Amino acid sequence: MSLTTIDDAGRLETVRLGMWAFLASELMFFGPLLLGWAYGRISMPDGFAWASRQTDLWLGTLNTAILLSSSAAMALAVQLSALQLKRQVGRCLLACAALGVVFLLIKFYEWHREWAEHLFPGPDFAGPAHTGAPYFFVVYFSATFLHAIHLTIGIGVTLTMWRRVHKSLGPLPQPALHAAGLYWHFVDVVWVALFPMLYLVERTP
Amino acid sequence: MSSYLTEGPTLRQWLTTTDHKKVAILYAIAITLFFFIGGAAAVIIRLELATPQGDLVPAQTYNELFTAHGVIMVWFFLIPSIPSVLGNFLIPLMIGARDLAFPRLNLASWYIYLIGGVGTLWGMLLGGVDTGWTFYTPFSTMFSNSHVIIVVLSVFFTGFSSILTGLNFIVTIHRLRAPGLTWFKLPLFVWAHYATSIILVLATPVLAMTMVLIVIERLFQVGIFDPALGGDPLLFQHLFWFYSHPAVYIMVLPAMGVVSEIIPTFARRKIFGYRFMAYAIMGIALLGFLVWGHHMFTSGMSMYAGMTFSLLSFFVAVPSAIKVFNWTATLYKGSITFDAPMLYALGFIGLFTIGGLTGLFLAALALDVHLTHTYFVVAHFHYIMVGGAVAAYLGGIHFWWPKVTGRMYPEMWARVAAAMLFFGFNLTFFPQYLLGYEGMPRRYHSYAPEYQLLNVLSSAGASILAIGYLLPLCYLAWSLFYGRHAPSNPWEGRGLEWKTLSPPPVENFSNPVVVHSHVHEVAGEGAA
Ligand SMILES: [Cu+2]
Repeated sequence: MSLTTIDDAGRLETVRLGMWAFLASELMFFGPLLLGWAYGRISMPDGFAWASRQTDLWLGTLNTAILLSSSAAMALAVQLSALQLKRQVGRCLLACAALGVVFLLIKFYEWHREWAEHLFPGPDFAGPAHTGAPYFFVVYFSATFLHAIHLTIGIGVTLTMWRRVHKSLGPLPQPALHAAGLYWHFVDVVWVALFPMLYLVERTP
Repeated sequence: MSSYLTEGPTLRQWLTTTDHKKVAILYAIAITLFFFIGGAAAVIIRLELATPQGDLVPAQTYNELFTAHGVIMVWFFLIPSIPSVLGNFLIPLMIGARDLAFPRLNLASWYIYLIGGVGTLWGMLLGGVDTGWTFYTPFSTMFSNSHVIIVVLSVFFTGFSSILTGLNFIVTIHRLRAPGLTWFKLPLFVWAHYATSIILVLATPVLAMTMVLIVIERLFQVGIFDPALGGDPLLFQHLFWFYSHPAVYIMVLPAMGVVSEIIPTFARRKIFGYRFMAYAIMGIALLGFLVWGHHMFTSGMSMYAGMTFSLLSFFVAVPSAIKVFNWTATLYKGSITFDAPMLYALGFIGLFTIGGLTGLFLAALALDVHLTHTYFVVAHFHYIMVGGAVAAYLGGIHFWWPKVTGRMYPEMWARVAAAMLFFGFNLTFFPQYLLGYEGMPRRYHSYAPEYQLLNVLSSAGASILAIGYLLPLCYLAWSLFYGRHAPSNPWEGRGLEWKTLSPPPVENFSNPVVVHSHVHEVAGEGAA
């Protein structure tokens, strides 16, 4: 069923390996934040726990569901591309990007509320200063902001892929689609790690 | 068939090229520029230290000078030097490929490097940075009034050029080897770059994020590393050295790769213990990730952590020693000729050994308390980085100069330069071991008068070293126009790169490459 030739398959493997190497690098990029989180949780447990209970559990959960759905749409797009189903692939990509945008909007709203509640670390921080509380929010804002930047790039990449699929006359650009898919799933996975770290663990009774 | 140098000669074509050979040359030009800028800072430092009084520059300027020297030399010369110039040019040739796996990414990494470099220089021109190349917190985030943010962001940005280069090499070596060229037929130069690339891809992003965290703490005055605001400066040191120790191997492994090509060629023998050399390269790269704590023995780390890091640091000596023994064994009963590349390579072995052994002094917990923050440390890492990496880089430049440019360099001058580098280097840095052992701290612009004699020797050595660097610049430039035309294989080298023309055609090889026997035996030396 697939129309890829031997050479295309070679190129696909090359591009996929390149993307995996890049994602290994990206994972290490988030490493210092994970270490910083662990450091705060171990050395300043009380303030850290208090602060992480201030995050919005419901919006965080909603966003997790949204991002997981977007990944499903992306996975579908990549699978369908092997069958050269141009229209369906395009729709899936659009759905994926749209869900990404919804995630960002909710995240912005969340940040806005946290800012209004004086949870951004600084002189008028609402929680107990000189504990792990402001430290938690440094980690929280840094991690979620960097994740949002990655997601924004992912949306850009996905829309570019949508345009390429939309305009392409020949076979679909498989290597690029696979790479875009891997990147999107990575951004999703990062969130799947951040969500329990920032929203869940300290809520256990 | 036309050479890559004559194809697309306009400036515009050079700046938009995706040919790995041309990108390598773009890198060579850029890093040479940065090398001499960083070197100029070192000249002023050595002039200042010729007298005990701080009389040439004020203390603040002195701090900015050694920071500029360190930042430029580490990130804009040493890290990209061998990989981005020699690796870029040679890896596709050595594995019989047409280009790297992602040629456009390769060009992009040069532009990223250049933008980062210009940003750093801009920060230095605005008034400089006084934190030292290590950017230790909370000084860099809360107290320094210098231009930390722009320089830190430039280093962050430049990191992506390293990552893209490493990624490109990894994929290229996995995917584009000529048919028949299996892993254990790869030249050690390629092995070394493979290991280096893994470090580039996995360690650089940690530095990048650490730089981001500095900017966040400095901009928003929030506590990540500042203890006054609930942060921890040790966190910074762990993160910084998690990158910066492996970064030493980013500089040294490619150097070992270069030496492993030069030694067998000029000893006219096969490299001794090829497989062990490849394992040693990978072993060093792996262990290199586990020893960063030896930079923090006096920072208040727990005793058990200290012992662990000390022990692991000693372990690195094992694969390093395997390499030194195997190079030496390669020389045994060889018919050795002392051409300039060989002089550099032999210099590398000697200086790297001294640098490595004095590294063991510093990895020993008790001795480190005495030696840390002294000139002993400065001497140690210059033996590794200058005596090791820079010597190998220059050796490699001479070795492959005929291949890259199609011209021979003047041999006599090159030997003179190699000798000056060796003697100038030792005169500059050996006294610094003694100074450090006697207790002279690093990073001060004035010092007690009893240290003057050794400092004057060091400054005198630096002036010889400077000539050793300027000479090649002159005669290599001369050879571009007046040098003898180079044959395809002037050294009777056995790697695939010597099987094509000098300079190579745009396509690298006129016919598809197939490897039947060991790369080092392609010339028909017989079975292993
Ligand atoms: Cu180290």
